[in-house]
Amino acid sequence: MAIRFSHGGDEHIFGEVSESMSLESFFTGLSMINAVRAAQIPGVIETCPANASFQVKFDPDKISPTDMLRELRSFEEQAAKSDQTLATRIIELPVYYQDPWTHETEMRFRERHQDPNSTDLEYSARVNGYATIEEFIAAHAGTPWFVSMVGFVAGLPFLYQLVEQKKQIQAPKYLRPRTDTPKLTVGHGGCFAAIYSVRGAGGYQMYGVTPAPIYDPSQKVRYLSEEMCLFKPGDIVKFRPQTRDEYDATLEAIEANEWEPTIRSCDFSLTEFNRDMAGANARLMEALNGN
Amino acid sequence: MAIKVITPGLSTTVQDLGRPGYYHLGFPEGGGMDRFATMVANLLVGNPEGAALLEATFMGPELEFTAPAVIAITGGELPPKLNGVEQSTWESFAVKAGDRLSFGFLKGGARAYIAVSGGIDVPVVLGSRSTYVLGALGGYQGRAIKAGDELPVGQGAGTPGRSLPVALRRPEATEIELRMLPGLYWHRITEAAGARFFEDVWKVAPEADRIGYRFRGGHPLEFVERVQPFGAGSDPSNIVDACYPYGSIQVPSGTEPIVLHRDAVSGGGYMMLGAVISADMDVIAQLQPHRPAQFVPVTLDQALAARADNGALFTAARAHLAG
Repeated sequence: MAIRFSHGGDEHIFGEVSESMSLESFFTGLSMINAVRAAQIPGVIETCPANASFQVKFDPDKISPTDMLRELRSFEEQAAKSDQTLATRIIELPVYYQDPWTHETEMRFRERHQDPNSTDLEYSARVNGYATIEEFIAAHAGTPWFVSMVGFVAGLPFLYQLVEQKKQIQAPKYLRPRTDTPKLTVGHGGCFAAIYSVRGAGGYQMYGVTPAPIYDPSQKVRYLSEEMCLFKPGDIVKFRPQTRDEYDATLEAIEANEWEPTIRSCDFSLTEFNRDMAGANARLMEALNGN
Repeated sequence: MAIKVITPGLSTTVQDLGRPGYYHLGFPEGGGMDRFATMVANLLVGNPEGAALLEATFMGPELEFTAPAVIAITGGELPPKLNGVEQSTWESFAVKAGDRLSFGFLKGGARAYIAVSGGIDVPVVLGSRSTYVLGALGGYQGRAIKAGDELPVGQGAGTPGRSLPVALRRPEATEIELRMLPGLYWHRITEAAGARFFEDVWKVAPEADRIGYRFRGGHPLEFVERVQPFGAGSDPSNIVDACYPYGSIQVPSGTEPIVLHRDAVSGGGYMMLGAVISADMDVIAQLQPHRPAQFVPVTLDQALAARADNGALFTAARAHLAG
């Protein structure tokens, strides 16, 4: 299927691989971006992969928008048949679901929600066909997620659940965005989970918080001393539910700068994943938990 | 040498010409919203054009200098006063140790640029000294300045009395027309809605900042009906979260257009009608809330011609201030 290209003003070209989300579209977009990066085209300023699309920003004084578009089209055929495998890593992230801070925040913005009489978790569990919040959380934390985009604000990952489409958790965004979201909230909108790297506005349903910083501009957090942002597209994430006591203990260890998340190398093949999701996820979990 | 902040103004941040190259991780380019005014202020005081300076929004700060320097104020008409005596804008002047710079009420535009010879010497983070407030990064401790801050200033050698004549500044428009290239998700709205979008007179909403400018007062958009694509969300204005171009015009729920600016959120799930062309980004930077504005469609060729005209403005100012 052909990529839909559009000029974004005179300085950007936007490419939509598909209207709907799929890992195939993500991989095609990533291949396009990798091709642009490898070609080292003079004038290219930003190369941004996104969930099912991508964007290139360039200096039109160095390369005309028409020439830039021609360059991009020249990569399209190759990108469509690229090898959809990644040598990547799996990161385990603790999450304190049903925490008091997101709860307090969602209560403040209840009139902006689809169902002001339910909490975000109650509502999301119900619309996804789960009888209880506990079952919903078990599904949320039960399988790995794939980082298919980083952005909105610095270091914020969008995560795509690695299960068959009909089992994916889906939830609408708030009717009107909140003006506040606690830092490190684990949220959900459309089919995507997100982790809010900083406190601020947001429209995603809120399910819990992680104690683990994922963005540190001061680069003092030990596992963020080289890169300010924990996540990059292609990373795989597994959430692990925590109790309040475990959360507090992790937080204490983080404050002492003694804690870091478990991160292991792994491979991800889209072909293999599509052939046998349970098997592929089992191998990812083995990479995370094995020795 | 340092600048002591007596009062900070409404929202005053350290900016330069930005940090391109990190948008794929969610870091916006940042930098002075009015690039022309940023560049000129620096050149007036003998700095490289991308040195760090202060961007003051709507209201000026009060500052005290600890050593002699040459300063210049450009951008919106925010009248500077040195020890209470009014000074010219777009012209460099000398300050002594202990001098105080304050400002009168804003007479035009929205943002003033305060350059000091040597530049504001905060650490370079990811290639720039610009403040990215949302990410608490860069600038002075990652935030807008506060009373009591002492801003370090680098070594410089400016000359007082250098100015940029009115004829070489960006002409002030009486009616604001923001030229935009329709595209991106333009096909999501009906033809009638598209026509109305350009006919309507919009007004800058109070929610107008470095991230984006919101506009109010036009008709809500009508969307072309469709089954929402998987992963996009249920509102017709929702898309599968994608990257946002600078200048892109997103319309959450089809009601109030938001034009993203230098501190743009790098992506999200709202459809965009296209993007304001690069030549008009500086114009947006000087719009006050409630200012009426219209969007005007242009072709790519027209956008590039406007870009060339805008570039000529920079070139002429550089030539005038060279040497």
